[in-house]
Amino acid sequence: MPDSYTELYFPVLVQALLAMALAGGLLTVSYLLGKKVRNRVKDMPYESGITPTGDARSRFSVKFYLVGMLFILFDIEAIFLYPWVVVYRELKMFAFVEMLVFVILILSGFFYIWKKGALDWASNENTSRRH
Amino acid sequence: MPVSSFASSLDMARFLPELILTIAGTLLMVLDPVIHKRSSSLFGHLSILALLAGIGGALYGYAHRGPAFGGLLMVDGFATFFTVLVMVVGILTVLPSYKFLQREDAETSEFHALLLFSVAGQCIMASANELIVIFIGLEISSIASYVMAGYLRDDKRANEAALKYFLLGSFATAFFLYGVALIYGATGTINLSAVRAVILGPNAPAPVFIGVAAAIMFVGLAFKVSAAPFQIWAPDVYQGAPTPVSAFLSAGPKAAAFAVFLRIFMTAFEPIAGGWVPLVWICALLSMTVGNFAALLQTNVKRMLAYSSIAHAGYVLVALTAQSEVGTAAAMFYLAGYAFMNVGAFAVVSHLSGRGEKYQDIESFKGLAQKQPLTAAMLTIFLLSLIGVPLTGGFFGKFYIFKAALESHLVWLTVLGLLNSAVAAYYYLRILVMMYMHEPGEAVRDIEPLTPSLGLALILPAIGTLFLGIFPGWVLDFAGKSSNLLK
Repeated sequence: MPDSYTELYFPVLVQALLAMALAGGLLTVSYLLGKKVRNRVKDMPYESGITPTGDARSRFSVKFYLVGMLFILFDIEAIFLYPWVVVYRELKMFAFVEMLVFVILILSGFFYIWKKGALDWASNENTSRRH
Repeated sequence: MPVSSFASSLDMARFLPELILTIAGTLLMVLDPVIHKRSSSLFGHLSILALLAGIGGALYGYAHRGPAFGGLLMVDGFATFFTVLVMVVGILTVLPSYKFLQREDAETSEFHALLLFSVAGQCIMASANELIVIFIGLEISSIASYVMAGYLRDDKRANEAALKYFLLGSFATAFFLYGVALIYGATGTINLSAVRAVILGPNAPAPVFIGVAAAIMFVGLAFKVSAAPFQIWAPDVYQGAPTPVSAFLSAGPKAAAFAVFLRIFMTAFEPIAGGWVPLVWICALLSMTVGNFAALLQTNVKRMLAYSSIAHAGYVLVALTAQSEVGTAAAMFYLAGYAFMNVGAFAVVSHLSGRGEKYQDIESFKGLAQKQPLTAAMLTIFLLSLIGVPLTGGFFGKFYIFKAALESHLVWLTVLGLLNSAVAAYYYLRILVMMYMHEPGEAVRDIEPLTPSLGLALILPAIGTLFLGIFPGWVLDFAGKSSNLLK
């Protein structure tokens, strides 16, 4: 049993050093040995990809944020199901009831955003704001 | 702690208020898209019903008091006192909001659902006996109130208020959480009684850990109760938020945060009182002074009430500085009185300010007594109580606080606090002068007649204020009995 922090974390330190050495070494070797060609096509972000058009900071619909936020919410809630599955056999009925309460709460949230029109992507007149 | 067992029915009885409010809040949220009525008083009625049921639940829980969920919650007189208080504040917020939401053409159900969630969080804070549960309650209460502060989405100032409240509030909660983490690291437990036992025990951690943790948690909570020097957010938020929400923010979350304050510092951190009492002393004095002197300069009534609420937080901190059971009881009594008078005063402002809240200036009160004598009379009661004139709840609140401070030999703090109250009289009296000694101005000419709900929103807190001022014994006895926190 290692008895100090230094001993306990020594392997981590070794691994970090190795990783840095490998990355640095490969970059150095390719810099020393590689051919250097510089022209416009070569300097583009994706040499053989699609030609970049315009600025990356363009405006896009606020709906993306809404959907993004909703996705994160429900994704995180779904994540809770995984640990639940693991301990389900041990906790039996207790786990079932707890998860039932949890899922009912999620579903009422889901029902709310659905009915509020937060998921209607195409609707022009925003149903989410019934002015 | 037995995790794999069902909560007993006793646990559920003690958790009843939170349960009722959460279910009602969810129901309101889900009912809204089904009923499809933009402004309807139905949701307001439902939320008042839910809050009344919650108060009933709290009293039922009190009849079966004791720890719940293996010590996560502690339902005692102290918890029930604050649980009922925040629910009463909730009711007093719903009453003026009927008219307000209709006037601003805002959606009703979400407002009430958020209010119920926020109150549920505050109930959890009031009865929590474990640091993580306190944190969860704090978050439930805060997140709902951030949204409420920005409820009028098209209003720039409301948006500013919500953003400021959110950013600074999140910092404050993060501070609190750092403190909790340190406590867990140092003592290996987050149960308040257990933390106290470890601090007093033979294997007490180095005092520096506990001291730093207490200081960090103090910062987080001082933010929430808007005590100087952590008060910067309060004036902007109270001014920008919709007026019923300002009323709610200045009473509900504040009372719950003080409940947490008292419970943590009078139980877990009581053994190290020598370390934190000077800090609270300074904070109390600063809050009273900054609040009162800044309020002198305000011309916007909501902003003035915000500074006054900072000053009142200072008075309650004086009671905490006393660090005695008498002080705890005084703080409880004061918070009850303060809730009534402050929510009432904000309700008058909400009534007077008109559509879009355009009349918020002190000048707007000119001649209110001629046009609506009842409104003016009610506001007079609230303002006199805020000053601390006898026969009002504010007087006995201040009296008990300074008495507790003197009993703990805090002579200087008492003297400075009393001087502060004298300063405060000036800016409250200015409104009285406007109401009674001037001809009606534009705002008063535009004022709408009182609706039944608004009338109730003014009369109920006035009755509460006078009741506490004329029969203080009943509430004070209860507070005194329940200030003996489980250690």
